Amino acid sequence: MKLYEYLGKELFNRFDIPVPGSRLVENAEQAGAAAAELGDVVIKSQVLTGKRGKAGGIAFASDPEEARKEASRILNMSFSGYAAEKLLVEEKIAIEQELYLAITIDGTAQRPVVLASLDGGMDVEDVPEERMIRWPVDVGIGLQPYMIREICRQMGVSGSLQKEFLKFLPKLYRMFKELDAELAEINPLALTPQGLIAADAKVTIDDDALYRHPELPRISEKTDLEKKAEELDLAYVELEGDIAVMANGAGITMATLDMVQHYGGEPANFLDFGGGADVEKTSKSLELLLGTDPRVLLINIFGGITRCDVVAEAFVGVKKSKGIDLPVSFRLVGTNEEEGRAILEKEGIKTFESMDEAVRHAVELSG
Amino acid sequence: MSVYINENTRVLVQGITGRQGSFHTGQMLAYGTKLVGGVSPGKGGQEVEGVPVYNSTFEALENHEAEASILFMPAPFVKDAAMEALDAGLKLLVLIPESIPLHDAMEIMAYAKQKNAVIVGPNTFGLVSSGSSKIGIMPNRYFIPGPVGVVSRSGTLCYEIVGHLTDSGIGTTTVVGLGGDRVVGLHFIDVLKKFEDDGDTRAVIMVGEIGGSAEEEAAAHIAANMSKPVIAYLAGKSAPPGKRMGHAGAIIERGRGTFESKVEALTGAGVKVADLPTQISPLVQSVLD
Repeated sequence: MKLYEYLGKELFNRFDIPVPGSRLVENAEQAGAAAAELGDVVIKSQVLTGKRGKAGGIAFASDPEEARKEASRILNMSFSGYAAEKLLVEEKIAIEQELYLAITIDGTAQRPVVLASLDGGMDVEDVPEERMIRWPVDVGIGLQPYMIREICRQMGVSGSLQKEFLKFLPKLYRMFKELDAELAEINPLALTPQGLIAADAKVTIDDDALYRHPELPRISEKTDLEKKAEELDLAYVELEGDIAVMANGAGITMATLDMVQHYGGEPANFLDFGGGADVEKTSKSLELLLGTDPRVLLINIFGGITRCDVVAEAFVGVKKSKGIDLPVSFRLVGTNEEEGRAILEKEGIKTFESMDEAVRHAVELSG
Repeated sequence: MSVYINENTRVLVQGITGRQGSFHTGQMLAYGTKLVGGVSPGKGGQEVEGVPVYNSTFEALENHEAEASILFMPAPFVKDAAMEALDAGLKLLVLIPESIPLHDAMEIMAYAKQKNAVIVGPNTFGLVSSGSSKIGIMPNRYFIPGPVGVVSRSGTLCYEIVGHLTDSGIGTTTVVGLGGDRVVGLHFIDVLKKFEDDGDTRAVIMVGEIGGSAEEEAAAHIAANMSKPVIAYLAGKSAPPGKRMGHAGAIIERGRGTFESKVEALTGAGVKVADLPTQISPLVQSVLD
């Protein structure tokens, strides 16, 4: 779960990580009032999409009138289809140097990794590899001061700035660990006469650990359909095409979409209804897909934990109760396939044994 | 021959009394796995499919010798169970559940390293040494002995591919599921090394997907160290960036982990990359001939 900058900074505050003084506002009037209080300000759109600065979603203002004008301009903008509902009005800080600091998870090392660079402020992708210092932290011992000194040495940092890092980084690491974060990124990390200040905050919390953080707000970038699928505990992603796809297992579902494209079709979605789903969950998955009004339905079942008879029973049930009047290409093999096929054949529904045939048939039907 | 496990590997089932645990206990016994005991706190004294159940891993090990364990329990309880098994001295753990918090997974991996133990998963179907033993949830009938080693990030897709092989009369030495999460115990390279050293494995199939950099790292390893032929299939060619495709690890972020970058790395390392899952068996056949 990605957090808006203002929420990330609220958490920074809770962990004693310095951030600029600010007001969260929702309209131009409030932005003007905030500027009257804070003086020179930066007005920042609160959106989850990256590159908002380049898109014009960040502006400076030196008086309330200018703040109102810029706020109303930004509130009318769209960022990759999303509007900013809130603005963060921050006091402008005196920046001597812009640095980069992040903690994320390195899957290969199976550890949190600290990323630090003297080249802050720019796109992180543009920082040359050798200018980005990486330090994977052994979770058995946690972040130790020697690691911070080593990171500083490799960056070419010493003296008072090193002292600043020795104060700053443990707080960020503590937050990263205690909140089950998968990313805590500060770009730029501002060096000011008052020390290091987090001028930005990109924080992502591990979705699978949210259950132990009831205190955090819930933010979703999902479409309405994706939200509905989430409630049903289905892995669902909306796509652009017209062939609705339902399969069991993330890998085979991706492979099914790839094969649809390979044969010239366009998938309407990714839907993995998981392993071992019962009749009810399978039925709800089908109903969700039918609700998207696709041209063709492609079902690809390779039963391991998933039982073919359960899928067949769900399909026949939905066909009887809601009606399925679009063309269907059905592949059904694996655990209890004879039973499954028998249930479908009684209703006059044919099935394929091979994934390849079923996909080609679905693409023909869509053409 | 086989890697990681064989017919003598003695296995505990943690979470044996649950729906998944008890079902797969029966399936593993049917395949020939030496299941010596089960663990379910508070359920000691029962039996599941004739396997005695204990209240703790330590208690099970007071009564039986074992090297490995397979875990079935809700995600929030996996860390405790895995730490218990490692502390009790087990050397191979298979973590079946998905949705384990990343920070829990990292702590499990760190402790396993300290204990010199191997973790398979989380979010895996496990592993099977064909014809002798399986510690996992894969359907038994597709895993017959033969000359091919298989290592995969996804489950059902791996069954699909191994099913094709079986239909073509080609069996497998060992099949390993790495797991679909961002932090997993075994990576492609660990398993590729084992297959390179295994006398019975003559060719290797790797089943990857978009997201992360495991395939690129594997490609560098293959180019430098592998003499055996490797055939790959990668899922997610049509996946849009920024969207998680079911697996927590299957996401293209900040332009990294793309299908193209993986295909380029593997092809450059001399790996044959199949466009469709159905093309794998003919490719394997051609390198075995």
